[in-house]
Amino acid sequence: MSKPDLGLVSLAFAVAGTLIVAPTLSVGEISASRGAADWVRQESGPDGAPRSCVTCHGEDPRQPGRHAITGKPIAPLAPSVQPGRFSDPEKVEKWFKRNCTWSWGRECTAQEKGDFLTYLRNL
Amino acid sequence: MARIHRVTALAAVSVLGIAGWVIGGDRHEREDEGRRERQRIFVDSRMTAQDPTYRAECGGCHLAYPPGLLPAASWERIMMGLGEHFGDDASLQTATAERVGRFLQANAADGNGWGRSARIARSLGGELPPLRITDTRYFRRHHEQIPPKRVLSNPEVVSYGRCDACHPAAARGDFDEHAVRIPGAGPWDD
Repeated sequence: MSKPDLGLVSLAFAVAGTLIVAPTLSVGEISASRGAADWVRQESGPDGAPRSCVTCHGEDPRQPGRHAITGKPIAPLAPSVQPGRFSDPEKVEKWFKRNCTWSWGRECTAQEKGDFLTYLRNL
Repeated sequence: MARIHRVTALAAVSVLGIAGWVIGGDRHEREDEGRRERQRIFVDSRMTAQDPTYRAECGGCHLAYPPGLLPAASWERIMMGLGEHFGDDASLQTATAERVGRFLQANAADGNGWGRSARIARSLGGELPPLRITDTRYFRRHHEQIPPKRVLSNPEVVSYGRCDACHPAAARGDFDEHAVRIPGAGPWDD
């Protein structure tokens, strides 16, 4: 198991923390609309089937999702509907790592994470 | 003379029948009581995913399966292969993995003192320890009567691995067949 890239993790924490704590702060490169576009962006999985955030979380993050393999219901991701979402930076990082890797075959960049968080927090 | 004998016989049979019904009724009550008592015990037993780390780390994508449903060797195989966990990377940090592993080993089916666990362990032969609870002979025997489409084509269930879809108290280790409710099909009648 590889060690997490501490620099990237710290940056992502900083981005996430900034967005959580200071909603009026505008960070130039972070874009909710880019987050929305990334939300539906598909890549092919190892089995050839397309994967994206939508696969498990659904097209509308305000609705519940369902794990694509196990069928387990997933509570909505939008904090407006599900209070407490993204309040734990460690949890945010853990699931970004797992789910970006599963969907896109790689970890998300700090910018992509920021885009996602802005998009979801503004729903 | 004969008629009196017949009446007596009829009366005797009726009394025995009523007595049987009354006594039988009592037995069902005692069974229910026994079941309730066992359910209370389950909340503290090793058939529940008691460890909060286990629940948090292993219950995000699927039910945090009660450790008593698989033998220790199966849990070891799973923990050794978390990087390739049924197509997903479920790797944990070392300390977390050690804690989860210890919890699973301590409460696995072989030797945790619970009846269902013992039956599960006994149902396994010399084959490679299964990675899936649904691959144990015990599980298959207990689910072979269910039409697969009730599970696989049922959007409310999807997978045999979703124990809690039909066994509402699965997380408590309670798989009482009388409490089974298949979504869209209602109670399961054997």
